[in-house]
Amino acid sequence: MGAIEVVDLAMAYGELRAVDGVSFEVAEGEFFGIIGPNGAGKTTTLEMIEGLRKPDAGTIKVLGQSPWPRSARLLPRIGVQLQASSFFERLTAREQIHTFASLYGVPTSHGDEWLERVGMVDKADTRVEKLSGGQSQRLSIACALVHEPELVFLDEPTASLDPQARRNLWDLLSGINDSGRTVVLTTHYMDEAEVLCDRVAIMDHGRILELDTPRQLVKGLAAPTRITTADGETIETREPAPVLARLAEEQKLDGIAVRTGTLEDVFLSLTGREYRA
Amino acid sequence: MRAFRSLSVAILRGFLRDKASVFFAIIFPLMFLVLFGGLFGDQSQSKVDLIQVGDVALFDELPRPAREAFDDTFEVEHRQDLEAAIAEVRDGDADVAVVERDGELVAHFTQTDQVKAAIVQGALRAFVDGANVAATGQPPTYSLRTERVEDDSLTTIQFVTPGLLGWAIAMSAAFGAAATLQGWRQSKLLRRLQLAPVSTRTVVGARIAVTVGVALVQMAIFLGLGAAAFGLRLTGSWWAAIPLLVMGTLCFMAVGLFAGSVTKTVEGAVNMANFLVLPMAFLGGSFFPLDAAPDWLQTFANLLPLHWLNEGMLDLLVRGEGPSAMFVPMALLAGFALVLTLLSARLFRWETQ
Repeated sequence: MGAIEVVDLAMAYGELRAVDGVSFEVAEGEFFGIIGPNGAGKTTTLEMIEGLRKPDAGTIKVLGQSPWPRSARLLPRIGVQLQASSFFERLTAREQIHTFASLYGVPTSHGDEWLERVGMVDKADTRVEKLSGGQSQRLSIACALVHEPELVFLDEPTASLDPQARRNLWDLLSGINDSGRTVVLTTHYMDEAEVLCDRVAIMDHGRILELDTPRQLVKGLAAPTRITTADGETIETREPAPVLARLAEEQKLDGIAVRTGTLEDVFLSLTGREYRA
Repeated sequence: MRAFRSLSVAILRGFLRDKASVFFAIIFPLMFLVLFGGLFGDQSQSKVDLIQVGDVALFDELPRPAREAFDDTFEVEHRQDLEAAIAEVRDGDADVAVVERDGELVAHFTQTDQVKAAIVQGALRAFVDGANVAATGQPPTYSLRTERVEDDSLTTIQFVTPGLLGWAIAMSAAFGAAATLQGWRQSKLLRRLQLAPVSTRTVVGARIAVTVGVALVQMAIFLGLGAAAFGLRLTGSWWAAIPLLVMGTLCFMAVGLFAGSVTKTVEGAVNMANFLVLPMAFLGGSFFPLDAAPDWLQTFANLLPLHWLNEGMLDLLVRGEGPSAMFVPMALLAGFALVLTLLSARLFRWETQ
């Protein structure tokens, strides 16, 4: 049985079909990514799975249960991080996570442990309003995980972070499903999904365009490999091995760049347009 | 229970660390109390400044008991020049100038302060009449004794404290509820709590508990300061004001909920709460009594929940009414709270969009 089973999910806001016939499964222990530009329907899909919205059509099973209506048995088993930083005003980071620990009925010491795991110990006595974007996301993730849920939803945890903070957060994120926890992440960064996710669903206009491992998605694209030598010459080839071998013979390997296809190329080929973040 | 407690603590901390809300809930209304209590506290009429020109036999030869009454009423200065004394009265430096001509007392007074003018004439006439009666050598046929109805006449502080307390509670309950609803909606904390295994009852209960707690502290500070510094005297069953105050808090939380429901930002919600509460404070009699207001205004005041809170507070705290005086205002406040809550529930949105 999968951690999540979604069949023919649909949701409309008036005329706009925000989610339009979405089906997928997430296996237990999987790191699952939903990527797509803003307005693709990622957040709405996630909110229906979390049980925040009632779908217009389709069925959802989360850990074997329906998330709607709100179920007191399901809630302690899932953790959520919402798009905004949902904190109690004017509490310190420690008070914040202690409050969430109490709401989930776990010892406050769990909160302290999680502060340590997300590297927020030196900011524990800082009020949430004074935290940087990255620190605030770390705290938010810690609050989502304080009760050790089996399944955790992270909605664009790296949005509006600078590249440095974003990469710092990747280390943290890649560790949170080590213990067999299922993670569902939405993002509009292709590189992020490529690094973190076992499987990726590419969404646009409320539909899933492709769903596979990042590697398979790129491979399916059969994009040429681009090899750029130190003196600026670029070679596009679908068989890079012989080209590289020849370059090696000519002693030209120093300073070359090899770029294979990326998810970004996949997105471009699927939608036929530039990626709009 | 643990969830309730830690939610309450989180909300209370959020309140205490917000200097603006503490200021508007406690300090700001207290400033009004100090202003009214301190500035206008001495409500007994100040003495009448009387200028005696030359000798006035009536004043100089008053018998002892009349002399004391006279000294309580008048502050006497002596002059010799009538013209100069009249000029002083005209300039407002004195209230009346008195000169005696052949047994006739001539009082030159100013009409600028009509109340004082009336007091001057009445008091002088009383002394003249008293002297005339004494001159006949007969005992007076009628006598007058005056007694106050209230144990201490309803001085300014007695009136102002219950009204200002009502206003303070209305303000902090409405602002708190409005800001919490909007703030939590905007940060998606409402959504986040919806996904935590706590019931709506627990969340709402914790918010109410904190607001009611703050209201009780406001009451203690107001009554404590009023009694200690400005001579406030509580009467009869003042303790019955506590359940009334709790109901008033609930009612104005509903006002805040409504304000938060019809607005889209925290600032908008607080402004809306202010827009509802401040005029209500004026028209509902928090700052001045409505007894002298036109009939239509008094009728209109009956539609304002703050008016009923103020009336109930006055009855219980200083007018010496029994505990049963709490029931009518409480029932009306509960009615307002119910209507506003139902309205807010209809308008409720999880998110701002």
